[in-house]
Amino acid sequence: MCDRPYWSELDKSDAGQITNDDLLSCGEAARAAFDFRQERKAARLARSNDRTKQPQAKIDSSPSGPQATQQDTAGKPNPSPGVPQQLYLEESKARLDCALAAVPGFVERLVWFWSNHFCISADKGGVRPLCGAYEREAIRPYVRARFADMLLAVETHPAMLLYLDNARSIGPNSFAGLRRNKGLNENLAREILELHTLGVRTGYSQDDVTNFAKVITGWSIVPPRQSDRGGEFMFNSRLHEPGAQRVFDRNYEDRGFEQGRAVLLTLAKSPSTANHIALKLARHFVADDPPRSLIERLARRFSDTEGDLKEVSKALITAPEAWDAPATKLRRPSDWIVSALRVSGSKPSDVRPILQVQNLLGEPLWRVPAPNGFSDDSAAWMDGVAQRLDIANQIARSVGDGLDPMVVAQDTFGATLSNETKEAVARSESRQQALSLLLMSPEFQRR
Amino acid sequence: MIIPPQPSRRELLLGSGALFAWAHLPRAALAEGRDPRLLVIVLRGALDGLATVAPCGDPDWPRLRGEDPIKIDGPTPALPLDSFFALNPAMPNLHRLYLVGQATVVHAVATPYRERSHFDGQDILESGLERPSSGDSGWLNRALAGLPAAGRVNTRQAFAGGPIAPLVVRGSAPVLAWTPSRLPPASNDTMGRLLDLYRHTDPALARALEERSALSAIAQGGEMSANSMKAQIAPGIPGAAVRAFFAESASAAGKFMARQDGPRVGALAFDGWDTHANEGVAKGRLAILLAALDGAINALENGLGESWRESVIAVITEFGRTARMNGTDGTDHGTATIALLVGGALKGGRVISDWPGLKEANLHDGRDLKPTTDLRAVMKGILKDHLRIDDHYLANNVFPGSQLVRPLAGLIG
Repeated sequence: MCDRPYWSELDKSDAGQITNDDLLSCGEAARAAFDFRQERKAARLARSNDRTKQPQAKIDSSPSGPQATQQDTAGKPNPSPGVPQQLYLEESKARLDCALAAVPGFVERLVWFWSNHFCISADKGGVRPLCGAYEREAIRPYVRARFADMLLAVETHPAMLLYLDNARSIGPNSFAGLRRNKGLNENLAREILELHTLGVRTGYSQDDVTNFAKVITGWSIVPPRQSDRGGEFMFNSRLHEPGAQRVFDRNYEDRGFEQGRAVLLTLAKSPSTANHIALKLARHFVADDPPRSLIERLARRFSDTEGDLKEVSKALITAPEAWDAPATKLRRPSDWIVSALRVSGSKPSDVRPILQVQNLLGEPLWRVPAPNGFSDDSAAWMDGVAQRLDIANQIARSVGDGLDPMVVAQDTFGATLSNETKEAVARSESRQQALSLLLMSPEFQRR
Repeated sequence: MIIPPQPSRRELLLGSGALFAWAHLPRAALAEGRDPRLLVIVLRGALDGLATVAPCGDPDWPRLRGEDPIKIDGPTPALPLDSFFALNPAMPNLHRLYLVGQATVVHAVATPYRERSHFDGQDILESGLERPSSGDSGWLNRALAGLPAAGRVNTRQAFAGGPIAPLVVRGSAPVLAWTPSRLPPASNDTMGRLLDLYRHTDPALARALEERSALSAIAQGGEMSANSMKAQIAPGIPGAAVRAFFAESASAAGKFMARQDGPRVGALAFDGWDTHANEGVAKGRLAILLAALDGAINALENGLGESWRESVIAVITEFGRTARMNGTDGTDHGTATIALLVGGALKGGRVISDWPGLKEANLHDGRDLKPTTDLRAVMKGILKDHLRIDDHYLANNVFPGSQLVRPLAGLIG
């Protein structure tokens, strides 16, 4: 095994970036979704008005072509998916294309790792149209940058602020809090500590959570009806809890938005964060129960470089533990399906069947069941292996006989191909069956 | 512009709702001439126990929950359980079962966990250990591993690999999974070849596939196809999809477990209970979820048929939610909550609770319902009296370290 291709990909500036001018920014997506909802509301209203007026209208109207037709379509529900779903599909397609084209794809795997670490869900209200923009704006530019920068980009991104409820968290003593009987929501603050940075059980208290939640009140979103900056991040001082806050035995003066940035910077520098990230990287890329020495190596690199993720990633791919470990990790469904499509050379023009496969296998894209993301534990995915066979079959069926599975097997695995798999592929009753078996082989299921 | 989260999509819940069942039959109970069934339903996300079974008789209750707490004389009146507690109006079916002695509520209950992380909380709820750990077996699986087995469940049923096995059923005792599959299965020949390859190279993958290789009948026989379930549910009702999903899952579980050669012990999980904002206790999100759960209980009763009278269904969750509403009409992570028990084998019609009170000083950390009953006592009581698992094994193997937590007696009729 060799880390060179990974290493040089890490230095390639455009790796892991999606450059597609047709994709919308977060603000544009939010405004498009807002306009869509407004139009639909107006159309609904027009329909119900039409219904009440209908008998009259029928008598009066003569069937005068184009105008009548236009009214008809405006009055009927649009059969195409709504704007949020369209954006979700376009972004899913761009992501899949990017993954299929990536060589060797280590940076893309880093993107997926961080996207799952800082996960959001399209099933939370308002998030669906923003998922792709979130990953492109808050994750991709930072997987080889400083952790603190990614952290700030993530926690100020509208998709995250919606997903973990901070957009509507109101400081009890803020301007808005005093006028309305609304208040604090500690969801984002807690998950930043527990999931995004320090890790669970690292010594923070309920007071730390509550005070941190107060610090980040006002991290919110411009109402999407505003045509210029609607849907973008804003610091809304009317929602912000005034005054200094004590978090982890340190006092943070109220300097508006900067108060929260200061806490995030402290969190990014904490040794607990270095350990937490090191453990998650090692567990994701190497083994469910990774060697202690590897975790320490990564954590040290993280601390020594002030969270330079390019350096941490290099430490990962040059660590002897990473290459010595037997391939025990079961590929997650998304990883497996992309690998299967890559080796079978299929480039789906429609992303929906792929999304359906991910749903079926329990890893729907950008739709985590909970903020801790999809499991990195192989056992959690083991029961789904049987279902992968049906999908492998479908892929093999769609590829047909145009591919020599023996060549694919050699190209993909070279010397690491086991004799058993080689035999099973060679003895298959058809090329189609051979490809199914290859996609299902232990070499292919595990990393 | 913020739209409240609506868990109304069936896809949202994919990965949960699958039935995981023990692959064997219990011997001891069969020898006594009984044939008990136990189904554990895990509600992930932390159920608001106070909004489900409200302490309407507690003078401190109304002030905690803002403008519209669950109450007997509210706009949608709660369903009285006794002079003190009342059930959320979204659950008329559970109320009916309670009145005929086939449902029990245990209130102010909690696992030994006292922090507020979902993931640690679920870990403790399902592992049965006192501390979060990377342990890879669940208490229900360990309980089954200690039950003398009498023959194997007929796997020539629609059991297939589910996407994700919940921790509570993971472990050494063999477990089957059922989940609706919409793709045509691979041919038996390919399956056989793959199994052969796995057996020579990767025993864990072989095990995952083996359970599947005996696949046949029920799902294809259309006895409980997703379409027939959907047809019964009128579209347009709020939460229709979530109801349909819970009902399909529960109905399938009930039918499997009712079969003479079907599993006797199983578990399933429903997600979506993490109600931080716009909780909707009477009309919104929580009410929809509770109605779906109520429908699932009904589907189980129907599915189990004759076996209902020998069944216990335990509905449990990782922890409760704050006693007060938060600033966004929701509730944050809390401590004590409820456990719901339903089934014909119960001596029910009771709310079991050493009520801690809701005064400021009585709240745990000044914010949560204080736990007065250990959830392990409840589960131990059921495992002991229903499945005949002995005290010693329960205290040392199923819930290690729970010697001082005595099984709650008298739950079973």
